[in-house]
Amino acid sequence: MLGISVNIFVVYLLFLSKQIGANELTFELPDNAKECFHEKLKVGSKYTLEFQVVTGGNYDVDLELKSPSGRVLYKEAKKQYDQIEKTAEEEGVYVFCFSNEFSTISHKVIYIDWRVDGDPEHEIKGNSPQVAQGALTMIESKVGGIHENLEKVIDYQTHHRLREATGRARAEDLQERVQIWSLGQFILIIIVAIGTVLLLRSFFTDRRPASSMSWHR
Amino acid sequence: MGNQSFQFLVFIVLQLILTTQALYFHIRETERKCFIEEIPDQTLVIGKYKVELFDAASNTYLPSTPGIGMHVEVKDPDEKIILSKLYTSEGRFTFTSHTPGEHVICLYSNSSAWFGGQQLRVHLDIDIGEHAVDYQQISAKEKLTELQLRVRQLIDQVEQISKEQSYQRYREERFRATSESTNQRVLWWSIAQLLVLVIAGFWQMRHLKGFFEAKKLV
Repeated sequence: MLGISVNIFVVYLLFLSKQIGANELTFELPDNAKECFHEKLKVGSKYTLEFQVVTGGNYDVDLELKSPSGRVLYKEAKKQYDQIEKTAEEEGVYVFCFSNEFSTISHKVIYIDWRVDGDPEHEIKGNSPQVAQGALTMIESKVGGIHENLEKVIDYQTHHRLREATGRARAEDLQERVQIWSLGQFILIIIVAIGTVLLLRSFFTDRRPASSMSWHR
Repeated sequence: MGNQSFQFLVFIVLQLILTTQALYFHIRETERKCFIEEIPDQTLVIGKYKVELFDAASNTYLPSTPGIGMHVEVKDPDEKIILSKLYTSEGRFTFTSHTPGEHVICLYSNSSAWFGGQQLRVHLDIDIGEHAVDYQQISAKEKLTELQLRVRQLIDQVEQISKEQSYQRYREERFRATSESTNQRVLWWSIAQLLVLVIAGFWQMRHLKGFFEAKKLV
């Protein structure tokens, strides 16, 4: 009982000493808009930013990552997806901005995965009561390995889901457009057919009998 | 017994401290910010946020301003609102999805201004599925050893993976249905347009022939 209390307390202390954060967000970036996110980081924190444009236009967006002192750490234009892994060298507020200012008509849906120092909120670390040191550590390391592999599986699943979402959004857009344009064309054909006939009739009906009679003289 | 309640108290206090450090962004008072989360069904989603108001006098963001509340609105894939509540400047909302698909989580402040307004800083942290499970709480409640906790975590992860796989199958089915519907539409509209063109052609010829015969030009 006391051992577990100490265990939990050590885990708490571990959390206090580290900056934590793991966030998966999908948001819509309207055309001509810029969206910025900030986070305060300590020196030595490892952070990972992954983004992917899910739907919209040419599937590209500008990204800029700045350190607290204003130094540009990453600046790329019109990228579809990328992964940035860095270690914080300065303490302060880091900001990354997505920009869709080059596009005037298409709004984009962007998925971001922001991780700081892994995700200790649901990682389990601590000094376990060492009963049988050798055997316990081997099981623990195996379990730890399985955990990491499962994390990778979940990551791959997320990427698969995003790509499928892109394809599906395009297919649904196509379906709608086929319907609307086909209907429009159908109506246009009918209008043009009737219009041609009416136009021809109008050539032969206004003040023509008199002139045609004079013609055939 | 006293030790356990002390544990919980420390745990809750630490949770409050920890939620202040998260990703944040700025919005205006009247602006509405939405996030899309694509999740399988029966998935737990926990969101934590904290709002700070910009104070022009001190040029900083004041924490925990009273009077500022945030509406949290969650829509399910069928555009039905499944959660719509007003929370204080620091809140925690939870919901479980009942249909798989794109859920939209919208945040907007309860400001009474018509337009513009001051800037707000919103700290946000959204956890989905197995990320939403709090292992410290489970460990404290069920008194599990570290190994048992790890195995529990593995079970939760595998459960999420299998849920996501069946969701993937559902989505692929929808994708296929959409493609086949497009195929059908292209086929039928092409046939219809072809028929309309042929009928229009015949009608035009017949009508004009009758017209010119009536006008004694043919």
